[in-house]
Amino acid sequence: MATELDLDALLRDKDKHVIACCGSGGVGKTTTAAALALRAAEVHGRRTVVLTIDPAHRLAQSLGMEALDNTPRPVRGLESGSLDAMMLDMKRTFDDVVALHTTPDRAAEIFANPFYQAVSSTFSGTQEYMAMEKLGQLRETGEWDLIVLDTPPSRSALDFLDAPARLARLLDGRVIRLLSASTPGSRRSMLSLMGASAAVFTRVFNKILGGHLLTDVAEFTASLEDTFGGFRKRAEATFRALQDDQTSFLVVATPEPAAVGEAVYFSRRLTEERMPLDGIILNRLTPVRASLSAERALGAAAILEEDEPESPVAAALRTHADLARRWSTEQRVAARYEAACPDIPQVWLSTLGPEVVDLGGLRGFGAAAAERPARSHVE
Amino acid sequence: MSATAPPLPRLHIVTGKGGTGKTTVAAALALALAGPGRRVLLVEVEGRQGIAPLFDAPPLPYAERHLAAGLDGGEVFGQAVDADEALLDYLTMFYKLGTAGRALRKFGAIDFATTIAPGLRDILLTGKLKEAVSRTEAGRMAYDAVVLDAPPTGRIVKFLNVTVESGRLAKTGPIGKHSRSVARMLHSSLTAVHLVTTPAAMPVQETLDAHRELAAADLPVGRIVLNEVVGAKPVDVTEEQLREGLAKTGLPADERTVAALLDEYASSRIEIEAVDAYRDRLERLGRPVAELALLPEGVDLSGLYQLAETLRELGEPARPAPRAADDVEGGPGGD
Repeated sequence: MATELDLDALLRDKDKHVIACCGSGGVGKTTTAAALALRAAEVHGRRTVVLTIDPAHRLAQSLGMEALDNTPRPVRGLESGSLDAMMLDMKRTFDDVVALHTTPDRAAEIFANPFYQAVSSTFSGTQEYMAMEKLGQLRETGEWDLIVLDTPPSRSALDFLDAPARLARLLDGRVIRLLSASTPGSRRSMLSLMGASAAVFTRVFNKILGGHLLTDVAEFTASLEDTFGGFRKRAEATFRALQDDQTSFLVVATPEPAAVGEAVYFSRRLTEERMPLDGIILNRLTPVRASLSAERALGAAAILEEDEPESPVAAALRTHADLARRWSTEQRVAARYEAACPDIPQVWLSTLGPEVVDLGGLRGFGAAAAERPARSHVE
Repeated sequence: MSATAPPLPRLHIVTGKGGTGKTTVAAALALALAGPGRRVLLVEVEGRQGIAPLFDAPPLPYAERHLAAGLDGGEVFGQAVDADEALLDYLTMFYKLGTAGRALRKFGAIDFATTIAPGLRDILLTGKLKEAVSRTEAGRMAYDAVVLDAPPTGRIVKFLNVTVESGRLAKTGPIGKHSRSVARMLHSSLTAVHLVTTPAAMPVQETLDAHRELAAADLPVGRIVLNEVVGAKPVDVTEEQLREGLAKTGLPADERTVAALLDEYASSRIEIEAVDAYRDRLERLGRPVAELALLPEGVDLSGLYQLAETLRELGEPARPAPRAADDVEGGPGGD
């Protein structure tokens, strides 16, 4: 059986400076990140900042993150310690990167480029890239002992690892060079290398995308490369920073086949990339309190209903049977993770009640995750 | 069919917050729509391969493949549409690229084109849907209905609002023309966007938000599906009754067990009562709300049929008023 994940040990570890919470959409990543950050601050006295991507409105409110100014702001209402929180504004982060690395004139040129506007606000990899960028910036300041990172709500958790490289490839790839070289107005043709297909390609793409787009892209990448030597290098550097021992990855999942499948896939990938994966948080298990099997409860309910069809006791027993069946289904699903990743420490967390929307809720969530492993409700 | 009645939806787009079970609902809907002699295509577009495991099937290919028998005798086909493949298709069709297309792909150009132009990807994907909806084979529609396991609510309007996105692309040429015809279909009564939610605060809030955004973009909303609904009408039960009942049936009637059972019953009662409040909020949207039960054993193929049965019994939602974009081709006959 996999070992228990000791979250308190992780949160108090002075050598850990980054904790990244990953997982597919809808598993409770943001809540987990916020709860762990709060606990690190209150219980372990670490100067902590939580970087969230797209928190639910009420959670954002309770963390005091309503001002969208892309800088960490202190969270009010802590029992002790200090916690800052911020919500990522990807466009603004991108703008800052550009502004920081170039002259005001050049920056203005880049900002005005339609392709830059599209990439910085809509491209699907930009959010992931900017999350890493922001993480790097926060680290550099040295203001915090611990940065807890919530990852973007991508279609797949893997996007977090792959998207920055994809954006980098897009922005300084050889395709662009090829295209810009064969765009009208440039004489340095590379057609000889590619044969006729590149010519067809450029013609077709100009027709589909509009000729202006390729020119915009070419100009944009040229100015970026002049200013800070290419996106790929930068993306590689952030990627490497995630591999060091100061970082810790936690996978968050719910006990559903799709979410567990995704967690397995992601965990394997992290291991392959030598990223420090420290554990999985299995969230939202059905809470079962009475240790009575579903079969016995159903049998008793049937007996009671023979005498009294609307028996309230039978209703309570059927409710328990339902919970117990859900719990055992969840156990079977969770077992898939253990079979695939037997060495990864786990913590199981039952649904605590209503959704977590305030500091009290986050505190309870953090305490439950760190103190009360929920693995053994029903034997 | 009278000249003024809007056509029944044939393209069903199923969206919801992550984790609400939209893939499950899309699959159950496809089974429900596949009545006797009907053919339904179930499509996914995000490369997640979420459909295949529900049907115990190997990963879905880009080509359509038979997946399962529908409810009473129809057939459900499955397909995983990929934007890169779709672009290659498209280039081959309009520009007779032949082997040059493959060379472009190897060179990364196809990937490049679909990432460089935000929106091109979505146009290609929705374009494939339109093609499947309007394709005819041997004088009849190839599919009676197409069901899409769509991107989540957070991205759905952007995904469907192809005309806006295509504004960034060339206005002339085949893609521009193509995207306008796709947009007409998506805004017509041929399309229904179904919103899936679970009875919980955040998913319900996202559903309300998505409904507002869809309405603002003039996209047709079909049903609201309230998924994973727990249990029956709650009744009152006392500690005393419980202790007696347990003793009578030979179960442990100790204090701990009684307290634990009461506790469980009380919290699931809160859950059940919360469902009513969420249902009220959703019903205020003015669209039919379909309820699907939480299956305690998880969703397998038999579970899917069970959910499909529920959706089938609800029948077609009342037909809304005709829409501005209804004067389109795409329906069978039309005479």
